[in-house]
Amino acid sequence: MRSADAGDDLAYHQLLKAVTPVLRAATRRGLARAGQPPDQAEDIVQEILLAVHLKRHTWDNSAPFAPWLFAIARNKLIDALRRRGRRVFVNIDDFAEILPGEPVEDTVPPAEVASHLERLPPRQRDVLQSIAVESASIRETASKLSMSEGAVRVALHRGLASLAARLRGT
Amino acid sequence: MDTDHLIRTLAADQDWRERPAAAWLTVGLICAGALSSMIFMMTLRVRPDFMTALHNPFFDLKFVVTLSLAIPAIIVGLRLARPAAPLGWRGWLLLLPVVVLAGGIAADLSMPQRLGMGERLVGSNSRVCLVAIPSLSLPLLAATLAGLRHGAPTRPALAGAAAGLLSAGLAATLYASHCPDDSPLFVATWYTIATALVTAVGALLGPRVLRF
Repeated sequence: MRSADAGDDLAYHQLLKAVTPVLRAATRRGLARAGQPPDQAEDIVQEILLAVHLKRHTWDNSAPFAPWLFAIARNKLIDALRRRGRRVFVNIDDFAEILPGEPVEDTVPPAEVASHLERLPPRQRDVLQSIAVESASIRETASKLSMSEGAVRVALHRGLASLAARLRGT
Repeated sequence: MDTDHLIRTLAADQDWRERPAAAWLTVGLICAGALSSMIFMMTLRVRPDFMTALHNPFFDLKFVVTLSLAIPAIIVGLRLARPAAPLGWRGWLLLLPVVVLAGGIAADLSMPQRLGMGERLVGSNSRVCLVAIPSLSLPLLAATLAGLRHGAPTRPALAGAAAGLLSAGLAATLYASHCPDDSPLFVATWYTIATALVTAVGALLGPRVLRF
C-alpha cells in the first residue's frame, strides 16, 4: 500500500488482488457467524473493495495496514448484514422450509454492482463499462467516447463514488 | 461485473487523490464560522462593556473554557474519522474544559462576591444562552459533519458527538462575548446544558450522515 500510495499503479492493482481472497474468506466467516448463507459474499467483497478504494486516504501510512483494512471490512460487513437482515433474512428462512435438501449454489455471481451500474448517469456508466468490462485504458476510453482524458478520470471517480453511495442505500 | 473487473476499474482510478478530512473540515469551519459570526453580530452582538470586561479574569475564563472544549474536540473528531486509529491520550483532552471550569469554580467560591451563589448560578439570561449556543452551532455542526464525511468514521455516533462538542464549543466562544454572566457557576450549568443538547443532536445525526 505504501508504494501504491506513492503512485505505483501496478502495486495498487496487485495489492487489491492480494487482499481480495482474504476479504472473501473473512466475509464468508462473518456471514456464517451471523447465521446467513454465504451466497452473497461476493457482493459484500465488492462493496468492501469500493470502500477501501474510496477511503484509502484515511489510512495513516506510518500505521500497519491490516488493522485499517479489517476495520473497513468489518464496518461494511455489519452494514450489509443490517441491510440484508431487514430485507432478505425472512425470505431465506422460507426457502429453507420449502426446499429441504436442495443443493444451494455456493456463491451467486455478484449482481449488486452491475445492477446499480445500469442506473448511473450515461456518461459515468459508459466510462465504467469501457474500463471494467472491455478493459480499455483511460486513454482508449477517452478516444472511444470522444472525451478528454481528464473528463474520463472525473467520470470514473464520480461513477465509483456514486456506486458506493447507491450500494449503501443513500 | 466480476471482482477482477472491479479491481481493474479501481486501479485505473488510483491517480485520483482525495484531500484529507482535516482540509475539508478547516475550509468548512472557516465558512460556517463566518456565517455564525454574522448571525451573532446581527442578533446578539458583543456586550457593550466588552473592553472593560476583558480585565475581569472570570470573563476571560469563559473563552479559555469554550476553546479548551473546541480544540480537543477537533483533534478527537479527526481521529475518529480514521478507521483502526485508537484514540489513546486524545480522549483525555476532552477533560480539559472540565478541569479549567472546576478551577474557575473553586476560585469563584473562595472570593467574596457581590451576588449570592444562587443568583450567580441562575444568572440573568440563561434562556438566551440555551437558545443562542445551539442556534449558533448549527452551521458549524453542518460543516463539521460534512468535513468528517470525507473521512471514514467507523464509530459514527461517537464521531457525531465529537462534531457536536466541537460546534458547541465554537458557538459558545461567540456567545461568551455577549453573555453578561461571567460566573463559572453559570458557565458550568447553562453552557453545559446547551453543549449537551448539541452533542446529542450530533450523536443522533452521526449514524445517519457519517456512514461511508
